[in-house]
Amino acid sequence: MSDTHSESISFVRESFLPEVPPPAAEAGPVKWLRANLFSGAVNSVMTLLALALLIYILWGFLPWLLGGNWTASNIRECREIFQGSGAGCFAVLTERWNQLLFGFSYPPSEYWRPTLSLLLLAVVIAPVLFSHLPRWLLIVTALYPFTAYWLIWGGTIFTPVMALAGVIAGYFAYRRAVERGFAVGLLAGLVVALFVWWLGGLAAASEPDSLALERVPSRDMGGFMLNMILGVVCVSLSLPIGILLALGRQSSLPIVKWICVVFIEFIRGVPLITLLFVANVVLAYFLPPGTNFDLILRVIIMITMFASAYIAEVIRGGLAALPRGQYEAADSLGLDYAQAMRLIILPQALKISIPGIVNVAVGLFKDTTLVSIISMFDLVGMIRGPILASTDWNGVYWELFGFAALLFFVVCYGISQYSQWLERKLATDHR
Amino acid sequence: MMTHTDIQSGQAAQASAAPSAMKVSDEIAIEIENMNKWYGTFHVLRDIDLTVRRGERIVICGPSGSGKSTLIRCINALEEHQKGRITVDGTVLSSDLKNIDRIRSEVGMCFQHFNLFPHLTILENCTLAPIWVRKTPKKEAEETAMHFLRKVKIPDQANKYPGQLSGGQQQRVAIARSLCMKPRIMLFDEPTSALDPEMIKEVLDTMIELAEEGMTMLCVTHEMGFARQVANRVIFMDQGQIVEQNEPEAFFNNPKSDRTKLFLSQILGH
Ligand SMILES: Nc1ncnc2c1ncn2[C@@H]1O[C@H](COP(=O)(O)OP(=O)(O)OP(=O)(O)O)[C@@H](O)[C@H]1O
Ligand SMILES: [Mg+2]
Repeated sequence: MSDTHSESISFVRESFLPEVPPPAAEAGPVKWLRANLFSGAVNSVMTLLALALLIYILWGFLPWLLGGNWTASNIRECREIFQGSGAGCFAVLTERWNQLLFGFSYPPSEYWRPTLSLLLLAVVIAPVLFSHLPRWLLIVTALYPFTAYWLIWGGTIFTPVMALAGVIAGYFAYRRAVERGFAVGLLAGLVVALFVWWLGGLAAASEPDSLALERVPSRDMGGFMLNMILGVVCVSLSLPIGILLALGRQSSLPIVKWICVVFIEFIRGVPLITLLFVANVVLAYFLPPGTNFDLILRVIIMITMFASAYIAEVIRGGLAALPRGQYEAADSLGLDYAQAMRLIILPQALKISIPGIVNVAVGLFKDTTLVSIISMFDLVGMIRGPILASTDWNGVYWELFGFAALLFFVVCYGISQYSQWLERKLATDHR
Repeated sequence: MMTHTDIQSGQAAQASAAPSAMKVSDEIAIEIENMNKWYGTFHVLRDIDLTVRRGERIVICGPSGSGKSTLIRCINALEEHQKGRITVDGTVLSSDLKNIDRIRSEVGMCFQHFNLFPHLTILENCTLAPIWVRKTPKKEAEETAMHFLRKVKIPDQANKYPGQLSGGQQQRVAIARSLCMKPRIMLFDEPTSALDPEMIKEVLDTMIELAEEGMTMLCVTHEMGFARQVANRVIFMDQGQIVEQNEPEAFFNNPKSDRTKLFLSQILGH
C-alpha cells in the first residue's frame, strides 16, 4: 500500500505544526454568557424572564425559610411571634423530630439502634456500590441484614444467629448436592436450611432473654425509618427476583416461561394500593388461623412483587437489546447457560437497563409512602395522622410536607447521581 | 478481494507444494452423514455428507443464502439439525447439553462480526472460557492468552477494550480467544468479509499460520487466494447442497458443474 502512495502522491507533509490554545477572546465566561444566554433577541428576553421568575420565587421563599421559627412549642405561639408575616413555623420539626424519624411508639431509649443500623448500612453498602473495593468486604455486607434485624426489632441474638446459621448450612448442603443437578441442590439446601431454622426457632423460644435487646414489635415501627426499611429491603430483594423473572420469561422451558409471564402481567396490571390492601386484610384469610404473620413482612412481600415485575420488564428490554452474536459467542466457547448469563449476558443487559432500574427503584422508594393508607405510620402517615391531627400543630402543612419532600429528594437524588456515575464507569464500548 | 488474490498469486507456486507437505492423518475429525435441516418449512440443508480428517483444511464457498453459515453452525450445535448424524471428535451431536458444551469447548469458532465481549478487556476475553470452562488457574490462563495474543501480533493491546481496536485487530483477538481453549478444530464463518482490504491480509496471515501448524479448519470464505494457498479441498454449495468438491487446483482450473463455473466466473472474472 505505502509504495503505491509514494508514487501517486507528490507532496507529503513531514513535520507537523505545534498545538496552540484557542484565541483568548473566544473563551471564558463572557463568551459563554453571550453564546448561551444572550445569543439573540428572543434568547435574551427569555433569559430576563426566567431571571425575573427566579427572583420572584426566591423573594417569597427566602424570608419564609430564613425568618422561620425553630423553637416555639405550638402553632399558636408561632403565630404570635410572626404577627402574620408568613414565615415558616419550623418548630414543628424540632419538636416532633423523633416522631418524624422513628414514629410515635418506638421506645425513645432505643433510638440509637435504628440510627446505628442506618450508619452501618452506609458502610456495608459501599462494597456493593463500588466494585474496586476488596471483594471480601461483601461477606461483611452479607452479615448486615441479620445485624440490622436484631438492632431494629431487638429480641434475643439467637434469632439472627440461627437464621444466619440456617443460610450457611443450606448453602453448604446446596454445594454438596448440586453435582447431582441444580434442582436436587436447591431442594437439599432448602430442607437443611428449614431444619436449622426450626431448631433455631426452638432455641430462641427457650432462651428469649439471653443477650437480648428490648423487643420492639413491628406495629411500633414508623416515621422515615419505616420508609427506609421498606425501601432498602424491597429494592435489594426485587432486583434479583426481577432478574430471575426476566430470564424465566425468556426461558425455553414452557412452564417456567408461562409462570413468569402470568406473574409479571398480573402484578403489572394491578395498582400497588390494591396489593397493599390485600396485604393488610385479605392475606390474613389465606393464612392458617392463629398464625401471626407480621404486617411489615406482608407489605414487604407485596411491594417486592410489584417492583420485581417492573424490574423484570426493564431487564427484558436490556436482554433484547443485546446482539444475538453475544449469545452465540458465549455458546461457541462452551460456557453453559448459567455461566453465559452471569459472565456475558447479564453484565451487559444490566448495564443497558441501569436507567430503567433506577427509575423503578426511585419510584418504589417513594411509593413506600402509600403504606400510610393502610394505617401504617410512615413519614407521611405520621404527618397526616398524629402530627397534623394534634391541636398543637394543626395547620402546619408547608413545613411538614416540605421536610418530607426534602428527605425523599435527598435519597432519590443520591440514587440518581450514583447511577449516572456507574453508567459512566461502565462505558467501555466506545460507541 | 481481487487485490488480495493477486498479492498471493506470487506465492501460489510454492504454496501448492505446502498442502501435501502438511500432514493429513487418517483419523476422522468431523463426520456428517445425510444431514438435513429445516427453518420451519424451509429446507435449508439437504442430504449433506462430509468427512473431515484431522489436519484437513476445507474452504466452503457458494452464493449468498446457499446455507454455508448454517452448515458450519450445525457442527458446533449453534443450530440444531433435524435429520442425519454429525460426529465431532468421536462424539455424536445429540440434544444432551453436557455433550454439546463439551464439543463446543473442543471446536473454536470465528464469526463474521467478531462477537468479542465489549464489557471485558482483550485479555479477559481470552481468559474467560479457559478459566470457567476448563477451570485453568487465572495465572496460567493469562500466560496462555498472552502467548496467543503475541501469536496474532497484538500483545500490546491486551488491556484495551474491544471497542478501541480496529476491525482486523478485533478479528485476530477473536481467533486468539478461540485458540486459548486449545481447540482441535476451528470453524470460520466469513472472517474477513466485514473488513477493509488492508485488514483482510493481517487476518488471513494469521489463519495461514494456523493452517501451517496443522489445525483442522473449516472456512467459509470467498478469499480464493487463501483457498489456493492452504486448502486441501474446496467445497461449493448451492441451495443447501454440496454441488462440487475438489482439490483447489482442479476446482479452480476445471470446475465440473455449470453452477460452479458460473459462480467462479462471477467471483474471479471481471
Ligand atoms: N434463523 C433463520 N430462520 C429462517 N431462515 C433462515 C434463518 N437463518 C438463515 N435462514 C435462511 O437460510 C438460508 C441459508 O442461510 P445461511 O446464513 O446459511 O446462508 P449463507 O450461505 O451463509 O449466506 P451468506 O453468504 O449471505 O452468509 C438463507 O436462505 C436464509 O434466508
Ligand atoms: Mg453466512
